Amino acid sequence: MSWIIARRRHPAAGYAAIAGLLVVVAVGYGALTGFGSGASASAPAQNATDIAQGRSLFLDNCSSCHGLEAQGTPQAPSLIGAGAAAVDFQMSTGRMPAKEQGPQNDRKPVTFTQQQIYDIAGYIASLAPGPQIPSASEVSTAGADAALGSQLFSTNCTQCHGFAGAGGALTYGKDAPPLTASTPTQIYEAMLTGPEAMPVFGDGTLTPSDKRDIIAYITQTRGETNPGGFSLGRTGPVTEGLVIWLGGLGFLVLIAMWITAKRRDTRVDLDES
Amino acid sequence: MSDDVHVPGALRGLGNWVDERFGGAGYVRTLMKKVFPDHWSFFLGEIALYSFVILLLTGTFLSLFFVPSMNDVVYHGSYIKLNGLRMSEAYASTLRISFDVRGGLLIRQIHHWAADIFMVAITVHMLRIFFTGAYRKPREVNWLIGIILFSLGLIEGLFGYSLPDDQLSGAGLRIFEGVLQGIPIVGTYLAYFLFGGGFPGNDIVPRMYIIHVLLIPGLILALVTAHLLIMFHQKHTAMPAKDQTDTHELGQPFFPYFIAKTTAWLFFVFAALAILATFAQINPIWQYGPYTPLAISSASQPDWYMGILEGALRMMPAWEINFLGHTLSLSVLIPFALPLGIILGGAAFWPWFEKWATGDNSEHHVLDRPRNAAVRTSIGIAVVVFYGVLWAEGANDVIANKLQIPLYTVTWISRVLVIVGPILAYFATKRICIGLQRKDAELLEHGLETGIIVQRPNGEFEEIHRPVSEEARAVLEAKKVPLALPVGAAAVDENGVSAPQARGLMGKMRVRANQAFLETIPLPAGDGHGHGNGHEGNGHGEVEGGGQEHAAVGASTAPAELDRLPDAQPQRPDPGAAGDESES
Ligand code: HEC
Ligand code: HEC
Ligand code: HEM
Repeated sequence: MSWIIARRRHPAAGYAAIAGLLVVVAVGYGALTGFGSGASASAPAQNATDIAQGRSLFLDNCSSCHGLEAQGTPQAPSLIGAGAAAVDFQMSTGRMPAKEQGPQNDRKPVTFTQQQIYDIAGYIASLAPGPQIPSASEVSTAGADAALGSQLFSTNCTQCHGFAGAGGALTYGKDAPPLTASTPTQIYEAMLTGPEAMPVFGDGTLTPSDKRDIIAYITQTRGETNPGGFSLGRTGPVTEGLVIWLGGLGFLVLIAMWITAKRRDTRVDLDES
Repeated sequence: MSDDVHVPGALRGLGNWVDERFGGAGYVRTLMKKVFPDHWSFFLGEIALYSFVILLLTGTFLSLFFVPSMNDVVYHGSYIKLNGLRMSEAYASTLRISFDVRGGLLIRQIHHWAADIFMVAITVHMLRIFFTGAYRKPREVNWLIGIILFSLGLIEGLFGYSLPDDQLSGAGLRIFEGVLQGIPIVGTYLAYFLFGGGFPGNDIVPRMYIIHVLLIPGLILALVTAHLLIMFHQKHTAMPAKDQTDTHELGQPFFPYFIAKTTAWLFFVFAALAILATFAQINPIWQYGPYTPLAISSASQPDWYMGILEGALRMMPAWEINFLGHTLSLSVLIPFALPLGIILGGAAFWPWFEKWATGDNSEHHVLDRPRNAAVRTSIGIAVVVFYGVLWAEGANDVIANKLQIPLYTVTWISRVLVIVGPILAYFATKRICIGLQRKDAELLEHGLETGIIVQRPNGEFEEIHRPVSEEARAVLEAKKVPLALPVGAAAVDENGVSAPQARGLMGKMRVRANQAFLETIPLPAGDGHGHGNGHEGNGHGEVEGGGQEHAAVGASTAPAELDRLPDAQPQRPDPGAAGDESES
């Protein structure tokens, strides 16, 4: 301890303390803004499905929670009528099969092939009609209107996913994930099936063409460069506030200390006598 | 420093020219010789000054292109993602500034970063003033001006933020309207008048514009001028140092030293803002989209300086009562009025409270080290914690999302912390201050440890202590021990009868407050006033026998006890002696 006490009046001690503090804060901040990423498979048009194959995969991987006939259990909802789109969304984003019990199932690495996913989807679809997996042309953004999409996104999606799709908190530990990794098909399926806390946006609410506009907006926005410099996470003024306090003020205080450091005759130094 | 300031010939020629026509050489000469203290914390206020200059310059540029109108237009500009959308002219012109005006985005970003650092600088500047006691007599008026400047900055920033009419500004305005409406009786009228009808109407942007570019900048400019003139007139305060007294100020003369430093400083502030604006994007209104009352984004936050109000709103339970037929929206009124009321109102009253509690009505030009004013420092830290909790709660959804804590947990934690935190902070800070005071007293008495152990003839081992340098001693001895109020000291006489002034609620409160201020570690015996005792000039340093009682150990709370201690005499400057600024 005494070496600190002896040196705390050293001319460089203040800088060292500030630098140390900045490092601590920077590390802390870095920890706050860790970004996840996920792999995504591009979805071809729905293949013919082998329902028997799908059923056996279902029994092996899903029935423990969803029941032997997909009728649901106290642990997990019934999948009868959930539709192929729900299965494709849940499995292609790695959410299903669910692992630990949390407030919500997050994106995980996918352990099934696309063919296996289609098989299970076909099996679930065979139980009762439900939302279909959209075709490639249904999710194509060619000719879509991103400007309209921005308006639709702003009125329907920003309250949960944030203005630039960076994600946001919901109540009870749930959150709307960032839309950085979702493929156009997954975006479409998410709107069709409304996973967990997300509402269902059926074709009556958002027409298929609206959905394509939204997909165009999301994919363009996440791909676009930030004309003003680093994006600061696209989470609005909170990170701007952190930057101005830590970066702006921190930088200027260091400069002020440097400007005033070479004192001519009023030096106070406990170590010199 | 030499007797006369050396001014280069060219400058002197210009000076003479001006002097022959307008006079004022005397004033300039005093200005040139004005002594400026040399401590980094004195440059905080200047960040505010220079960023305000930058705001004026960049704001003027922006106003050349900004169209303060809420008329609908269809956008056809370079930002194709919004092509064909209907939006207000204000928003469209801000897009134009960002994408079609050469250098526009850079200037916009400088303006916004400058607004942020302006408020940061005012805030930390105020904290510096508070914690060192620089607001004390005769500087109370400048302290009040500072508080007004801070408040004006808040409103100026809020209105500027609302001008571009994007999704976030609209959300902020909507809250602003709600707060106005929450004011009892007159609120709905106020909101109706300001917005020229229902929300959002067509008038609010042009109205805010004129307030933003003319009214408030004018007021700020006038007050800043007054602030600086008063500061020049009263001279700077100074950190305690050797030969620094209330009547004799140390530092460097304005010319050439300070002018060089402050000019360099101006450019550093410019540079910092230019670097920020080049590399860090701020307020990307094209991502937020044009305002529509139908939408609201998550992570909708105001700029940092409004965060405390946002946080108070988010923290507040939804209370609403009906009083004599009027609905009182406590869930809006309390968050709006209470936190800032406590902080700014409390700050405004504090100098007078301190006078009342300490009975100290003399002038102060030498600053306190924060540790030596334990009550003030602890109150200050308590307020900082109070502010900090409310501020953080303003970002509760972002915190919840990034730290993966449930949203309501964040809110509940902050509800508890906003009350418990300041109390804990008060007591913890006070203990730390007293501890540091005790260390200082020990340092004065025993000097520094040298690590050199010597063996005495009688076999005893002892460490050599080196006396602290004169400079350091002067700093340590600059401490002023508060006086017990006459009412406090004589609160109870020998017969157990309390003094008349100490009776009644106010009298009792005053005695209580006074006692809090009295808790301090006096300087060691004989060291209180000046130098020249056995501590100096002794080549081996001073060696003291172990086990000696420290006169100063033990915080004294009772005024009577204070009287017994040898160094309880307060050091009060002669109030009559005005500062002699030039130390030349
Ligand atoms: C550990 C238990 C568990 C396992 C194993 C599991 N699920 Fe789930 N599943 C859940 C729970 C709990 C939910 C409800 C959460 C929700 O609303 O998303 C759910 C929801 C779903 C949904 C969304 C239902 C809807 O109405 O939108 C689909 C589809 C689904 N699971 C498919 C599957 C498939 C396919 C498998 C096998 C590959 C599987 N699940 C394995 C627990 C499980
Ligand atoms: C009420 C809040 C809410 C709204 C409104 C909402 N979402 Fe979601 N969204 C969620 C939640 C919660 C999840 C995560 C579901 C899960 O993990 O099972 C989600 C997930 C998603 C995903 C999957 C993300 C991934 O991991 O790849 C997409 C894509 C998506 N939403 C798009 C949209 C679009 C497009 C809209 C607007 C039309 C929208 N959401 C509106 C709450 C919302
Ligand atoms: C203390 C002083 C000031 C503060 C705190 C301040 C703050 C702000 C803020 C935060 C914005 C939003 C900027 C953005 O879009 O990102 C803004 C916009 C604006 N300000 Fe100021 N400002 C100040 C002084 C001025 C002055 C003096 C002028 C004009 C002479 C001015 C003119 C403008 C204009 C025209 C805009 C709208 C353009 C735009 O949003 O880009 N400001 N101001």
